[in-house]
Amino acid sequence: MDGTILLFLLQDGITNGAIYALLGIALVLVFAVTRVIFIPQGEFVAFGALTYSLLEAGRLPGTVWLLVGFGVAAFVSDLAAMRRAGPSLRRLAVAAVSDLVIPGLLALVAARVAGRGLGAGAHFALTVALITPLGPLLYKIAFRPIAAASVLTLLIASVGVHLALVGLGLVFFGAEGLRAPAVSDLMVNVGPLLVTGQSIAVYVVTLVAIVALWLFFERTLWGKALRATAVNGLGARLVGIRTSFSGTLAFALAAGVGAVSGILVAPMTTIYYDTGFLIGLKGFVAAIIGGLASHPATALAALAVGAVESFAAFFASDMKEIVVFSLILPVLVWRSLTATHVEEED
Amino acid sequence: MNPRLLLAGFTAVLVLIPLVPGVPVFWITLLGNVGLAALVAMGLVLLTGVGGMTSFGQAAFCGFGAYATAVATTTWGWNPWMALPLSLAVSGGAAVVLGLLTVRLSGHFLPLGTIAWGLALYYLFGNLDILGRHDGISGIPPLSIASHPLTDPRAVHWPIWIAVILAGIATTHLLDSRVGRAIRALRRGRLAAEAFGIDASTTKLIVFVHAALLAGLSGWLYAHVQRTVTQTPFGLNAGIEYLFMAVVGGSGRVWGAVVGAGLVTLLKEVLQRVVPAVVGTGVQLESVVFGIVLVALLQVAREGLWPHLAALLPARPRSAPDPAEALPRRTIDTGRRTPLLVLEGARKQYGGLTAVNDVSFRVGRGEIVALIGPNGAGKSTTFNLITGVTRLTAGRVSFDGAEISGTGPQAIARRGIARTFQHVKLDPDMTVLENVALGAHLRGHAGVVSAMLRLDRRDEARLLAEAAEQVRRVGLGDHMMKPAGSLALGQQRVVEIARALAMDPELLLLDEPAAGLRHFEKGALADLLRRLRAEGVSVLLVEHDMGFVMGLTDHIVVLDFGTKIAEGPPDVIRTHPAVLEAYLGGAA
Repeated sequence: MDGTILLFLLQDGITNGAIYALLGIALVLVFAVTRVIFIPQGEFVAFGALTYSLLEAGRLPGTVWLLVGFGVAAFVSDLAAMRRAGPSLRRLAVAAVSDLVIPGLLALVAARVAGRGLGAGAHFALTVALITPLGPLLYKIAFRPIAAASVLTLLIASVGVHLALVGLGLVFFGAEGLRAPAVSDLMVNVGPLLVTGQSIAVYVVTLVAIVALWLFFERTLWGKALRATAVNGLGARLVGIRTSFSGTLAFALAAGVGAVSGILVAPMTTIYYDTGFLIGLKGFVAAIIGGLASHPATALAALAVGAVESFAAFFASDMKEIVVFSLILPVLVWRSLTATHVEEED
Repeated sequence: MNPRLLLAGFTAVLVLIPLVPGVPVFWITLLGNVGLAALVAMGLVLLTGVGGMTSFGQAAFCGFGAYATAVATTTWGWNPWMALPLSLAVSGGAAVVLGLLTVRLSGHFLPLGTIAWGLALYYLFGNLDILGRHDGISGIPPLSIASHPLTDPRAVHWPIWIAVILAGIATTHLLDSRVGRAIRALRRGRLAAEAFGIDASTTKLIVFVHAALLAGLSGWLYAHVQRTVTQTPFGLNAGIEYLFMAVVGGSGRVWGAVVGAGLVTLLKEVLQRVVPAVVGTGVQLESVVFGIVLVALLQVAREGLWPHLAALLPARPRSAPDPAEALPRRTIDTGRRTPLLVLEGARKQYGGLTAVNDVSFRVGRGEIVALIGPNGAGKSTTFNLITGVTRLTAGRVSFDGAEISGTGPQAIARRGIARTFQHVKLDPDMTVLENVALGAHLRGHAGVVSAMLRLDRRDEARLLAEAAEQVRRVGLGDHMMKPAGSLALGQQRVVEIARALAMDPELLLLDEPAAGLRHFEKGALADLLRRLRAEGVSVLLVEHDMGFVMGLTDHIVVLDFGTKIAEGPPDVIRTHPAVLEAYLGGAA
């Protein structure tokens, strides 16, 4: 193997790694705030990629129906929650707006926009707008009713959600794979390397997203509320931060990040309804290496995962997944041994 | 109705079903699939519901069993029956390797780990030439009995369900035994179990391997029923389905696995065949429905269905165990004069905080010593240093002349040091008797195999009789067969004392034993401790009730901010200026 191949593999790895980094950071965020190990993160990636590809192809994506369906289910869940907490007109109105009106309006906009060829920028924005609300709606339907349950119960629920979403992906997007056209045909020579415009887009968007998240957490009240919930849920509640609000916000960010990642991946590989799972799991590998706690460690680990995957694909392409998923085991053991004891010691 | 009768009836129905004329073959096949799934789900019930280890990768062990027999019978031409030990050895061996790693994972890292190796193995199965890569292995011979091939679903029905029923009986027996109590106790955390000499990692590994062997057995049967093996049924989705069955049935209930496997298999059949036929679409909705049902179940009935089914049956009246030959007791040499427990400069630092600061004291043989001090004085940390739960930063602890600091809680338990916990650590679902019997764990010997085959009954009877005696001794004889969680908190503390006594200890460490007790109960406890002292047992206790401490103890050690500020007989401590200052402030 010469230096050029090495560099090429490294560059390829970093491009994928950047996307894993985005996903890993979203997973850390969701876990810190809600204690949900969010296995279905990858489904947002696949849905984002498929939605974007369909819009680019001039078709109306099934995401629209998915969104409306989720809205109705969330509304039912809100009604159930209201039956327990007592009726309130204000809550009913809020639920109706967030569960029915907003998804409905988004669906109408999508129906208007689809097929008009408004260009990649508009499709990017519309995709993010369609996918992002899925996060909070999903939180309402599946996780909020068991928000106080153990991490383990939440994990099993998370796996259930993953199962359901993959099935829904098949229903709404079909079994065929899609690939979006590249953002640009740009090719840049950097030394011996040929860097595609798509890779550059990945780097730029990832950096922007990470900086935006950082600003959000450091500079905004909502961001600080999320951080407070992550550090101590009960304490956050005592100072007036509603944990269900924090959960909603975390899931919205996760879905938004998933959509962006999906759009970035869409031109690089063919995406099927179930492709997201493996992509999301690699973000997971990174998040776990970061201890499900540290954002910078997760981002660095994600780049490493991308590089390992890229090299494994070069040397033994069949063994790529085996290598990546086996590598996580020693990390888990190390994390278990160094983690502070969960069991209370008196 | 007697559960044994129920099981016999269930068995009879299953045996007779293929003989009933007119039962469609389709139903028999479906029932066979239920049996195959039930085997795996049963292992998961033990692993997840009882052992507290959630595995999403269980299907991989079916894969080991199925591929092992597939290779042996097609490539090497073995007889399927000869390949059974091989299938079990391969899945069991894989379980030992993966288990050594997996049982060390803590909290949510464990299920994530099973996802990781579950996926890696799935891809491995599809990429190995010897396993036929993605095409798998076909042409596997059927099982045969006396050269009659069992190709008819009616015929293979029997081996499948014999396996399920035997596995169910063996697993039930295992849970109702010395090892089973250890397994059940571990779900609530390893601290209490290890304090009574249970090796947490080994016990978890036993559960892990048992579950994998059941899955391997299912895989072996599957290979010879389907006659072809590919990677698909051994992936993560299958693993999730098996876990789903265990949750539906009610994790923690062995026979719930059969209910769960039955319901899920039926549901799957309906979703795969009936719904598309009626609706007229080719779209498979099974994963959507499975996912939604799983989430809904966690929201409304986290316990699963079995407890609700079991509630329909009249409860089996449980009686106190019969008397049995007493267990041998430790001989305590009351004549020796050397101190039993010695702390020399024991120190524990957490970063910059010194929780225990060079504390030295002794507990003599047949003495009751109290460790007192205001909140945060380092009393419980000192306890944890003695019992090996926390490692010393410096100094040493020795027991009966030998250094015990640096060894783990189990090794310390083996020497005859029993303890109670400040925050009660009982399994609330186990009976008082079973909780106490856990204390006698080290005094029994029956292992896994003898438990499954019920060869452990003599050993078990002696353990339970000993536990019953200790429960009566602490005055809770009337509550023996109640779940420990149903007792008042003060009584639960007393159960912890009975559990410690069941170990037949030489040194008893009691962490706030009188907290939550009423006046006359405290008196009874003091009497019990005096009697133990007379028998030569030494006691070290942490207690806040000064009346209790002053009237009972021979010697008192006072800690404040991690430092020993005084020690001596009760009369001296009562008027000691440093003690008064620590408790009442300088102005007093």
